[in-house]
Amino acid sequence: MTAITRFLATIGAAVIGLCRATGQLVLFAGSGISHVFLPPYYPAELGRQLMRIGYFSLPVVGLTALFTGGALALQIFAGGARFNAEAVVPSIVAIGMVRELGPVLGGLMVAGRVSASIAAELGTMRVTEQIDALTTLSTNPMKYLVAPRLLAATIAMPILAFIGDIIGIMGGFLVGVLRLDFNPATYIRTTYNFLELGDVTSGLIKAAVFGFIIALMGCYQGYNSGRGAQGVGRATTNAVVTASILILASNYLLTEALFPA
Amino acid sequence: MTIKISMQGVTKSFGPKDVLTGVNLDVPVSKSTVIIGGSGTGKSVTLKCILGILAQDAGLITVDGDDVTKARGRKREELLDKFGMLFQGGALFDSMLVWENVAFRLLRGPRKLSKSDARDLAIEKLRRVGLTPETADLFPAELSGGMQKRVGLARAIAAEPEIIFFDEPTTGLDPIMADVINDLIREIVVEMGATAMTITHDMSSVRKIADRVAMLHEGKIQWEGPVDEIDRTDNAYVYQFVNGLAEGPIEAIR
Repeated sequence: MTAITRFLATIGAAVIGLCRATGQLVLFAGSGISHVFLPPYYPAELGRQLMRIGYFSLPVVGLTALFTGGALALQIFAGGARFNAEAVVPSIVAIGMVRELGPVLGGLMVAGRVSASIAAELGTMRVTEQIDALTTLSTNPMKYLVAPRLLAATIAMPILAFIGDIIGIMGGFLVGVLRLDFNPATYIRTTYNFLELGDVTSGLIKAAVFGFIIALMGCYQGYNSGRGAQGVGRATTNAVVTASILILASNYLLTEALFPA
Repeated sequence: MTIKISMQGVTKSFGPKDVLTGVNLDVPVSKSTVIIGGSGTGKSVTLKCILGILAQDAGLITVDGDDVTKARGRKREELLDKFGMLFQGGALFDSMLVWENVAFRLLRGPRKLSKSDARDLAIEKLRRVGLTPETADLFPAELSGGMQKRVGLARAIAAEPEIIFFDEPTTGLDPIMADVINDLIREIVVEMGATAMTITHDMSSVRKIADRVAMLHEGKIQWEGPVDEIDRTDNAYVYQFVNGLAEGPIEAIR
């Protein structure tokens, strides 16, 4: 084999591998979604996952939003000052938070927390045969483990993003009023007047998609984890990395779809 | 002799590695069949193929005459309802209490009981395997290896299955605890009238719990017969394995 054919073979193998992995992921996602809708349902498991994915992610999403809103206010004020447009701070902070930064940064933070946790949990269950044990107990692991996590993350992320939006705007408000000498009533009125319902709903749609991606990548990587501690470690890393990349890529596609130029 | 599980020409490969190369095995009803063989000979793969956790590449596997590969949805659940399994490492759900592990099947699905009834039944099964009711409210991580095996056994028998699989039931246990587990398995299988299938390489376990023995090597059943014939057979594979000899047709990788 010449150097050129070896090179082409390497590229070919990588492309085939990528296609195979993509196909497996799509089939896994399809199976997971179908189990969300088909009985039996596990409401207790769904409730548990809503608490783990949603409620316990509140501090990390809230803090991220608070500081992002504050930093955004400072940046917009400094940038706006170049055009004597400091007054745009409340409206741009609000639009920036609800359309982009709330769902995207919240999604990335939750991806780090939740994708890793799901992948580690399911990976350990795979390695210790707990997933096989579920099958022998007449329980479909896709239905019992994957479907509740997919549904819980898809429900929880928009709620988290909405709360993050409010906290982020509040962060901008605090910086605007305490640091940049905005009038509190004017700041709130400007925010309210400029923000449209579409800005909020677009952010929530994005957050729902991000939630699905976060749970999907955690479940997929964990469910197909390799053997041993190394396998689980690799699954956890892959879950966070792939979820983060997919969040950023899908954010662009969703922005194109929701706000066409 | 009525056959409960039948495997005919079952093959299974993982990439270039052929693990099962044509397994033919009939497991009689209400008997304890033990599959012996060295590590990596495909014993666990055989069990997983019967349960449908792994799909065989070729061949036929039937349970009560039904092809396991054709069972889908509700039919597959009904098929799996016939099984209970004790895993090598216990495979207990570490996020659940011991009693919730034991009563897992009875807390959901078609045979769902009320929480208090399921708990009572779990405690009864825990007693059956020699554990006190206080164990019920502990987490699996708080138990010793032997206790985890007992809980796994209690879980396997909780829903009174027709077939029980035991995957290396004595691995990792001290000889005394191994003997206790062997006795328990034998007692429970006889008492329930269940069809048992065990995979092990522990010969003391074989002699305690087996009615019939099958020797798996190089992906095929090399010998099969009643347990009292394992010391008399002239099969070279069985002779080498039973006597733990380095020399013989089974190559020992050093």
